[in-house]
Amino acid sequence: MSMEKIIVRELNLWYGEKQALEDVNMQIRENRVTALIGPSGCGKSTFIRCLNRMNDRIEGVRITGKVEIDGKNIYDKDVDVVALRKRIGMLFQKPNPFPMSIYDNVAYGPRIHGTGDKKKLREIVEDGIRGAALWDEVSDRLETNALDLSGGQQQRLCIARTLAVKPEIILFDEPCSALDPIATGKIEELIHDLKREYTIVIVTHNMQQAARVSDYTGYFLLGEMIEFGKTKKLFENPHKKETEDYITGRFG
Amino acid sequence: MITANTADRLLKILLWASAFAIILVLFSIMGYVFLMGAGVMNLEFIFTTAKNNWKEGGIITAIEGTLIVVSIAVLFAAPIGIGAAIYLAEFTREGKTTKIIRLAADSLNAIPSIVFGLFGLTLFIHYLKDYTGGASLLSAGLTLSFMILPTIMRTSEVSIRTVPLQEKMGSYALGATKLQTVKNIVIPGALPGIFTGIILSLGRAAGETAPIVFMTALNPITPSSIFRGGNALTTTLYYLTSEGISINRAFGIALTLILIVLTLNYSARFVNNYLTRNQRR
Ligand SMILES: Nc1ncnc2c1ncn2[C@@H]1O[C@H](COP(=O)(O)OP(=O)(O)OP(=O)(O)O)[C@@H](O)[C@H]1O
Ligand SMILES: [Mg+2]
Repeated sequence: MSMEKIIVRELNLWYGEKQALEDVNMQIRENRVTALIGPSGCGKSTFIRCLNRMNDRIEGVRITGKVEIDGKNIYDKDVDVVALRKRIGMLFQKPNPFPMSIYDNVAYGPRIHGTGDKKKLREIVEDGIRGAALWDEVSDRLETNALDLSGGQQQRLCIARTLAVKPEIILFDEPCSALDPIATGKIEELIHDLKREYTIVIVTHNMQQAARVSDYTGYFLLGEMIEFGKTKKLFENPHKKETEDYITGRFG
Repeated sequence: MITANTADRLLKILLWASAFAIILVLFSIMGYVFLMGAGVMNLEFIFTTAKNNWKEGGIITAIEGTLIVVSIAVLFAAPIGIGAAIYLAEFTREGKTTKIIRLAADSLNAIPSIVFGLFGLTLFIHYLKDYTGGASLLSAGLTLSFMILPTIMRTSEVSIRTVPLQEKMGSYALGATKLQTVKNIVIPGALPGIFTGIILSLGRAAGETAPIVFMTALNPITPSSIFRGGNALTTTLYYLTSEGISINRAFGIALTLILIVLTLNYSARFVNNYLTRNQRR
């Protein structure tokens, strides 16, 4: 049995007047992959951004409730958001490498967090790229521009960049939606490997993907979490009618 | 009766003529300046100091003066303009303050250039004489810096805003602070646009007469200090023409000025292409 890494309690979020999340409760386990599924606009991205306080950057957002990571509410006044984001990596829908070399992309995080030593930096960068299963493809051209990589390679580079900061949790917001099936397969494999060391939350539109990569799945609808449980159980034997409708509607 | 088809063709011809008119105007001016200016243009004209009230010798003092004055203008205007742009684009939300700043910049842009000259005359030549040296290259540069400030601010802001949100989010997600993100992602990403804006305003500053007409000397002065007086191409051109000293030499100056400004414009393009070649595509 693994421990709860993140506990979400009574989370509500408003964009101005409009409520986007309503009383969400969830327990996310350490070293497991938790998938979030649901129709477009149901609040999956909004929710996942609450876990690293990325919503802080959006105008007019109001949040109530708690998100406890290792027992500490990350919305407490004394929380250092910058240090928090270092512990919680995030991958986005569209690969977003910086317009600089492959090496500098991966070194970006360690550098801003104060790793000055060249030898140490090189090690961290190499570990990150290896961790993202990209080393064989780029080891001979680390100084070339990251934008010359393919989409799938770019996304793995973004993963490498995240790993280099040594986070505890990695959030993926539809990381494969811009990728072809082969690149998608590589990322899924990678996610599977990464859960040994990291706690992973992934938003996906693709239910087969959720079924393939995750241990737990949460189904969101109109800002509420309708059902949460073991992936196998949720897909094979959902409790709620809404969940069943969604799953069968897509599959059937 | 005019059929729809004929009307269509007529309109097309009219539009083509308007477009052609622009080229015609450009070529007539350039061609005329070239023809007139080429007569006096030679190495002596460019590289020596004028003698006999500009009737002989060259215009090197004016070229040097202009280059120094526009450099001073950019040196002062660029940090302030870029700073304001970063503040507007990254450090504040749209509201009263940003409205006021934008209105100020627009109004600054709308002020006739001779008014800048008058203002500079009072401020730099009279009130701040002890610091600027009175009618000096520094006073001229500072006056021009006020003029190009809004342009630099605007072009910088525009290019800062083109830095994709995705990249900034990526930086924040790695635990970067706002300052680190601005320094490492926003400014490098906006640099080509900022440079282009600066170079274009350099060109504009070099071509201004009215703001610096009270601050530049009529007699040839080899610039020795920014706290001393000097010449500029535009004001010298004005002097030679209005006093009827030499129309031909005035055209020589005009040609020199055009060449400098065109070089600046093209190098702006070149710099922009060079800097963007490794970026978003
Ligand atoms: N920055 C924002 N400002 C205002 N409303 C927003 C903002 N971002 C999202 N919303 C609204 O909040 C709701 C949830 O959006 P969210 O992006 O979280 O959905 P999602 O489940 O991720 O959808 P998708 O599957 O299409 O990515 C939507 O109704 C959306 O319009
Ligand atoms: Mg989304």
